[in-house]
Parts: sequence; C-alpha cells; structure tokens
Amino acid sequence: MADQANFAEDTTGFMDSLYTAALRMTRSPSDAQDLVQETYLKAYRGYGGFEAGTNLKAWLYRILTNTFINSYRSRKRHPEETELDDVEELYLFRRMSGRDGSIGRSAEDEALDWITDDEVKGALESLPESFRMTVLLADVEGFSYKEIADIMEVPIGTVMSRLHRGRRALEKALHDFGVARGFVAAQ
Amino acid sequence: MKGEKDDRRINCREALHRVYDFLDGEITPERRDQIARHLDKCAPCLKAFGFETEIRRLVADRCRDKVPEELRTRIAAVIDHEHKNGASAGGVTEGAEL
Repeated sequence: MADQANFAEDTTGFMDSLYTAALRMTRSPSDAQDLVQETYLKAYRGYGGFEAGTNLKAWLYRILTNTFINSYRSRKRHPEETELDDVEELYLFRRMSGRDGSIGRSAEDEALDWITDDEVKGALESLPESFRMTVLLADVEGFSYKEIADIMEVPIGTVMSRLHRGRRALEKALHDFGVARGFVAAQ
Repeated sequence: MKGEKDDRRINCREALHRVYDFLDGEITPERRDQIARHLDKCAPCLKAFGFETEIRRLVADRCRDKVPEELRTRIAAVIDHEHKNGASAGGVTEGAEL
C-alpha cells in the first residue's frame, strides 16, 4: 500500500504529462483543468489502494482515462467515435519522397521542420477519440502496448490496431497541413 | 552478416509492414534481426524507417504542455482540504510505509 502522506510528493512529477493528455482528450483547457483536478482528487482518495512500487504513472493515467470516459464524454453527449478512414502505410513519407526515394533535398531529420507544435497537436486532436488516446499514450507518453491495454481496458490486439490506424491517420493530417501551407505538394 | 542459413530473408513489403512494431520494440528478437538485416541492405527502407522515427520524435517532443501554476495551487488546496476532512476515511491511518 502507498502512504497517502506521500501522495503530493509522489505524484507531482506527473502533473504536466497528465495535463497534456487531458488537453488532447478534452480539446478544451478549462475541461482539461477540471479533469486533472478530479483525477488527482480521486487518486488521493484511492492512494491507500495503490500498491507502492508498481507503475504509478500508469495508475494515474488509468484514473484520468476512466474519469474522462465516464464524465466528460457522456457530458458532451457524443458517443465514442470509431469511424476512421483507412489510410495507407507511410502516407506522409510516400508523398514527401521523390521517385528516387529521396525526401526532397533535405535529410530525414530536417524534412519535418516545417511542422509547428500546434499542427502536431491539431493532427493528434483530429483523430477519433479511441485512436487519439491510444496514439497519445504510446507516442507522447511512451507506454508499452501492455500498459496501454491495462489503462484503456482493451485487449492488446485492439491497442495495436488502433495504433496502426491512428498513426497513419495522423500522418495524413500532418500531410494535409503541409499541403495547406505549401510545404508538401498536393497530389 | 552472412552464413546462418536458416535466416529467412524478408522483402520490403514485410519490413515496412512492421515498421511500427519495430520502432515500438514490440517484436520478437528474431523478427527484429530479420528487419535489421533487411535495413542493412535496403537504403529506401532504411530511409522510410528513419522518416517514421522522426515523426515519432516530432509527436513526442511537440505535444507537451505545462500545467498552469494556478491549477497546481488549486489541486494542492483540494488535496489539503480532502486531507483535513477525509482523514477518518481510513487511508491515512492505515497507510503503510513503502
């Protein structure tokens, strides 16, 4: 069991990343703040039941995710969106590569320099909720497939399929920003 | 490198199909080695893997936000309030040491 007296000290380091996740989930700063606050309160109340030494970050994310699903999603009255168009593999790469496989004249690590922070956030936020959360947990927070399966309470196969489809859709969203700003040629 | 006759060669399609699993490290060592050997020999695939790695880095680096200071303060106050009012709930007195 974890000691509630250590709660603040143990958990404060995760607040920025929980807030980041809450922003992407709710797409609203005021909802994100409420969500993080509620998550911390629930976590504090339940801290006695947390097994010290196990994965605290994943435990906090599970509370965040459950809270979001139970209160924020239903509050907005829209059911979970699962529609996502199929996007081919390597969507952005294929469109940024020349026929010879080169990415324009720039190296890979410069090829994406035109993308702004807001565009990355916007691309992620454009994904349907279950894909958005899965990609966020994997690519922003670095959770393993197994950890994501536990946090979202879905089978690992579902995590993998959401990741694959979500990442491809994310690339398409980035591509669309690139076309709009003239950094990527339209088809 | 060479030898190891039972190592199956994989083609570009197979390698690219597993790019995410490879970058996530969620792949068997055997499969990882097959892909690594393919990338050693195939410059276009190596380029594609490099590009996907950059996208991953971009998403990881550019999607971060900082908690507003007033939220930190508010959460500390809420927890403090809960602590003062909810101590009888049991968690505090029963809390074991690590």
